[in-house]
Amino acid sequence: MTERFDHLDPNPPARLELRGVDVAYGETTVVRHVDFMLESGTLGCLLGPSGCGKTTLLRAIAGFEPVSKGNILIRGHCVSEPGWTLAPEHRHIGMVFQDFALFPHLSVADNIGFGLRTFSAPRRQTRIDELLELIGLSEAAPLYPHELSGGMQQRVALARAMAPRPDILLLDEPFSSMDAELREQLAREVRTLLKREAITAILVTHDQFEAFAMADQIAVLNQGAVHQTGTGFELYHQPADRFIADFIGHGVLMPASVSNSGQLRTELGRAAGPESPFLEAGSEVEVLIRPHDILYDEDSPREATIVERAFRGAEFLYTLQLDSGTEVLCLVPSHHRHEVGERIGIRLQGEHLVVLPNAELGPSSGSRSDSGAKPDPDPDPSPGPGPDSD
Amino acid sequence: MSDAFGVRAWLRVWPLLLILIATLLALPILVIVGFLFVPAVEVWAHLIETVLGDYVGHSLLLMLGVTLGTLVGGVGTAWLTSMCRFPGRGFFEWALLLPMAMPAYIIAYTYTGLLDFAGPVQTGLRELTGWGWGEYWFPQVRSLPGAAVMLSLVLYPYVYLLARAAFLSQSLCVLDVSRTLGNGPWRTFFTVALPLARPAIVAGLSLALMETLADYGTVEYFGVSTFTTGIFRTWFGLGNPAAAAQLSAMLLGFVFLLIVLERHSRGAARYHDTSQGQQSIRRLPLRDWQAVAAFGFCLAPLSLGFLLPAGQLTVWSITVADQRLDAEFARLALNSLALAAGAAGLALGLALMLGYGRRLLPTQPVRMAVRTAGMGYAIPGTVIAVGVMIPFAWLDNSLDSWMRAHFGLSTGLLLSGSLVALIFAYLVRFLAVSLQTVESGLSKIRPSMDEAGRSLGLKPREVLREIHMPMLKGSLLTALLLVFVDVLKELPATLILRPFNFNTLAVRAYELASDERLADSAPAALTIVAAGLIPVIILSRSITRSRASL
Repeated sequence: MTERFDHLDPNPPARLELRGVDVAYGETTVVRHVDFMLESGTLGCLLGPSGCGKTTLLRAIAGFEPVSKGNILIRGHCVSEPGWTLAPEHRHIGMVFQDFALFPHLSVADNIGFGLRTFSAPRRQTRIDELLELIGLSEAAPLYPHELSGGMQQRVALARAMAPRPDILLLDEPFSSMDAELREQLAREVRTLLKREAITAILVTHDQFEAFAMADQIAVLNQGAVHQTGTGFELYHQPADRFIADFIGHGVLMPASVSNSGQLRTELGRAAGPESPFLEAGSEVEVLIRPHDILYDEDSPREATIVERAFRGAEFLYTLQLDSGTEVLCLVPSHHRHEVGERIGIRLQGEHLVVLPNAELGPSSGSRSDSGAKPDPDPDPSPGPGPDSD
Repeated sequence: MSDAFGVRAWLRVWPLLLILIATLLALPILVIVGFLFVPAVEVWAHLIETVLGDYVGHSLLLMLGVTLGTLVGGVGTAWLTSMCRFPGRGFFEWALLLPMAMPAYIIAYTYTGLLDFAGPVQTGLRELTGWGWGEYWFPQVRSLPGAAVMLSLVLYPYVYLLARAAFLSQSLCVLDVSRTLGNGPWRTFFTVALPLARPAIVAGLSLALMETLADYGTVEYFGVSTFTTGIFRTWFGLGNPAAAAQLSAMLLGFVFLLIVLERHSRGAARYHDTSQGQQSIRRLPLRDWQAVAAFGFCLAPLSLGFLLPAGQLTVWSITVADQRLDAEFARLALNSLALAAGAAGLALGLALMLGYGRRLLPTQPVRMAVRTAGMGYAIPGTVIAVGVMIPFAWLDNSLDSWMRAHFGLSTGLLLSGSLVALIFAYLVRFLAVSLQTVESGLSKIRPSMDEAGRSLGLKPREVLREIHMPMLKGSLLTALLLVFVDVLKELPATLILRPFNFNTLAVRAYELASDERLADSAPAALTIVAAGLIPVIILSRSITRSRASL
């Protein structure tokens, strides 16, 4: 057990590497060929809809599930390969569980000190006090978990996992039992804490706003495979494929053709195309139209009918029906108030359009892209149907 | 979880071991059911002609009486203590459980002593009125209605407990809605609260009826012939084990129906539980005559089911204390204590094996094994005794004749006349109690806690020592105590299976009472009642605790 702590302070938290990892339950492969790298001190996120395999992958990193292909390296040492799994207690990891899993028979202080058994009593006490202060619960030390509110329990669970200064901290949907309004705020708080201690951490979540608020680097999973890895900004503005475009943010995919001059011709007019390998003259592509890509313009000859209106404070989110029947979303400053059924003038603001190869060549019409994981037109970080049980 | 405790090798043997245990524990029932196919035509012709009608009829009448008694007593008191406010409510909330400590056979002969011709009540009546023998009518305690009353007095807490829980879990909104729609509190009770609580009430009732069917002491003492007394007589009077086993199988049929009813109702109860979160209950305040009536309604079952008989037993015990608290009593107490402690310890060990088996290896065969092992609680002690006696006697006889044939020596009754048979029977009947307690304790240790321990650097056996043991301690102690007390109270199986000249408190109390030496039996009976208070205290404490969180 001593080797667990013999590299405590002088060493920075370490790097995590996944190389072509498969995880299988019996015959079913639930995670497929995942490559992922997390540098020391950064915060990563596995983001995806329920059942995408993200929790399984996290449990494989923790050592609770064996890998069936590939390997996992922590600090450059292999900890998982097919047929061999280093036991969780030898991995120098910390884990925060969805249900917190605080020990009901121990006080807050003893919960936090649980992983510090090899510390001398005074050092242990110092570390406990340090963490209690860090999470702002110094006066709660003698209390028992059932006497704490959900948010306090969550912070204690985080402190308990951080106490032994793990190489990597794993967070399994740690905010899923919180109120929707609280989640982003908590995620930012946790980020601050982790950054202050320079801890390498991975968060698993189905909530993209939580991921944006907390992570430096996000890997989006679907059906066991990583679709794209990047920052929140990159995922939103440069989605690699239809799934990402669908899953992140709001938007509508609309067919377009590329003119000889390299411009995009869409139902909404022409727009300059970005640098893209798909943009050969004459080819059929799809463009992702985000709500802010469509501008309200009273003078525009192009008009659309309002079919739905949602008030968002500073803006209205209108759902508009084009003459072709395609529906698009449009954000308009809220002093422009129009009624459902009215026709308004719109214009395509085509500076940062995302172009994807056309999936269904031919007479395809733009599909509402939010048919998948997110209810529309409410862009709030809506909680999923329940805790992710994959 | 395949290496959850790093005992891979163990895990391979474990399921087989569990299945073996379950098969052994199911053996008595299998034997009984197997005897359905052994012809015993002559005895059956005789039984049908003479007493079978009585067995069936009396058992059914008894069940009817207990149904009425426990429903009125149990539901009424549950409603009053959970939904109304009157002086003494908090006291009655837990005190109403006290009659559970009173075994039916003990309350039966206590009341016989109180209400017989020579008892204090009739003597007092004669002195008051000057009547003589035969000049007045007085209800006969030792009768079928008397037995139904005795059983109701000690079994109503089953209905009370489950009905109370159901009333408390009902969403206040539902009751409020009824009030806003113009129903008064009493109409709300009958049209909303009672129908919502019905599944729970039926579940409690079926438990009470299982105990009624299992009762031997009361009906034997009162001379009411039912299934259990019939099984006894067929075995020892007619000397026909096959017919006794077949009667047992018939009784099992009734029990099985009750189990199905209970399971079904519990399932439905979950469905009916409409509560969302816990709200504090606003109890209906009762005033003046209402409060007095409620107080009386709760006091009646408590005093008749516990205070009065316990008081009588105490008085008797004091009068005979100097003669009866002798070396024999000490030996009886020691026998009972050792037997109960041994059975409780063994049951706990098996329950831990089964409980962890199901937690670590939740495969279909293991789950089946665990369920089978927990079946025995519903089965009357008489039936289990018959089911244990038959295979053990067969084993003894085969061994004896084989030994005589090969070595010329007789081994006699190695198993069937020994404590092994008795303890085995206890395990069959009471393992369910400790299994349930252990499993509910284990269920509080969520798998994520194991994993939290592992991720914080604990080895599997350290997880067991530092997380599981501290969290399970209370459940393990409860499991021990519950089985201990159940064994102490158990009568019919002990009567049949005990080794020659081996007596326990329960057996001796019963024998003395049967010889009309009621006062002499009181110290043993009082000891059993006192021990029976332990689980009642555990229960009422958990009630108080759940009330604190409401």
